[in-house]
Amino acid sequence: MVDMDTKKTPLYESHVAAGGKLVEFAGYSMPVQYRGIIDEHKKVREAVGLFDVSHMGEFFVRGPKALDFLQKVTINDVSKLEAGQAQYSAMCYQNGGIIDDLIVYRFADAYMLIVNAGNIAKNFDWLLQHVEDGVALTDDSDDYALMALQGRHAEAVLQDLTKIQLSEVKFYRFAEGDVAGRKAIVSRTGYTGEDGFEIAVGPNDAEPVWQSLMAAGSSYGIEPIGLGARDTLRLEMKYCLYGNDIDETTNPLEAGLGWITKLDKGDFIGASVLRKVKEDKPKRKLVGLQLTDRNIARHGYDILHDGVRVGVITSGSLSPSLGYPIALGYVEAELAVPDTELIVQIRNREASAKVVKTPFYKKPY
Amino acid sequence: MNVPAELKFTQEHEWVKLEGNVATVGITDYAQAELSDVVFVELPEVGDSVENGETFGTIEAVKALSELFSPISGKVVAVNDQLADSPELVNSDPYGDGWMIKVEVGNPASVDSLLSADDYKNLIS
Repeated sequence: MVDMDTKKTPLYESHVAAGGKLVEFAGYSMPVQYRGIIDEHKKVREAVGLFDVSHMGEFFVRGPKALDFLQKVTINDVSKLEAGQAQYSAMCYQNGGIIDDLIVYRFADAYMLIVNAGNIAKNFDWLLQHVEDGVALTDDSDDYALMALQGRHAEAVLQDLTKIQLSEVKFYRFAEGDVAGRKAIVSRTGYTGEDGFEIAVGPNDAEPVWQSLMAAGSSYGIEPIGLGARDTLRLEMKYCLYGNDIDETTNPLEAGLGWITKLDKGDFIGASVLRKVKEDKPKRKLVGLQLTDRNIARHGYDILHDGVRVGVITSGSLSPSLGYPIALGYVEAELAVPDTELIVQIRNREASAKVVKTPFYKKPY
Repeated sequence: MNVPAELKFTQEHEWVKLEGNVATVGITDYAQAELSDVVFVELPEVGDSVENGETFGTIEAVKALSELFSPISGKVVAVNDQLADSPELVNSDPYGDGWMIKVEVGNPASVDSLLSADDYKNLIS
């Protein structure tokens, strides 16, 4: 049920018209599904789908000290970014706990941060505490609608609607231009493991751009995709979901995010603790699990080894692409090795599981 | 939402169809739509007893787990084995091929006290 305080994205009416089942997520009324999570998942894996992710937050950082500021508050190396390039990153507390994961976009004269909807207020407060002279920070979340066009036909669909030469917009690059005659930021990014784009437009342009994308994609069988399939798609890729797999009690090294943790870039918030974690080796690691039975291992279920609790499940689902249940969970580091046999306590049943390499799914093109 | 007039219903969104002293039990169209993609149904075995108001199984859907509550007391005489390989039948045909168990009911009159189709429509409206 949707209560009065729940926010609506600019595409709310489209979701209702398309038969979307709306649920409250991070304060927004969002479609969890339209026709069914498994069907929608397969549509993205096999063709192309369109997501409304307008609930995500957009911050801008400007000013002569913008780079220094972002180097201090994020863990990846922002100095490596050229204009037109984006970077997956995270913000940590001094103790190394993750405040949020995010994407940093470098424009010619500004940086944009795209952050999780549930963390917008928390992030903005944190960033404001660390702003110094020479940095202008703004929360522009309400000025942007964000759509994700994901799947192997995404480029063909979008190219119909824009003069931006999409073949030149490589992975984690972006361009500004018109989409369906509306001003847009188009980045080759996503949360599905497929090729695809995220398209940011003004709130009043969201509806016409959405309709244009649906029309341009009709010959490829495009369909709107809900948050349910967004979750199963990202899980097959072992992309972390904030609040499930990562949060203030987990650090990026144990979460498998060492590749974005640039301990050599100079000082940043959390660096000293994370350097120590790296030196001592993380005590637990986030691993992918394949389950033998049909039950789903869900967030919070215990992981056992030789009758002893050795970890906890953080995310789990049936993998629609693979046909069996998969999960993510933290286990003691010495058990975080592929083919290690573990038990997941699923209510009164002990379900067999084994550690597998991730991602669970790789796109075939 | 499809609510067949000839069936009886529970507050927990199961349906019951009584034929002689055998009751067929499943979940309603409303329930399957709320759960969405069912991926696994855990059911009792033939010969097991079920008790009115007690759980007799669980349904795993992609997003959530829910328990099945028996609307009647009796002995399980048949289980829908098709659901092991095709749990999606619960979504596509909840009142037909998506049935779950058949129970030999000791007291068939107890089914009369369950919700009528009209009562159930009021519950979910």
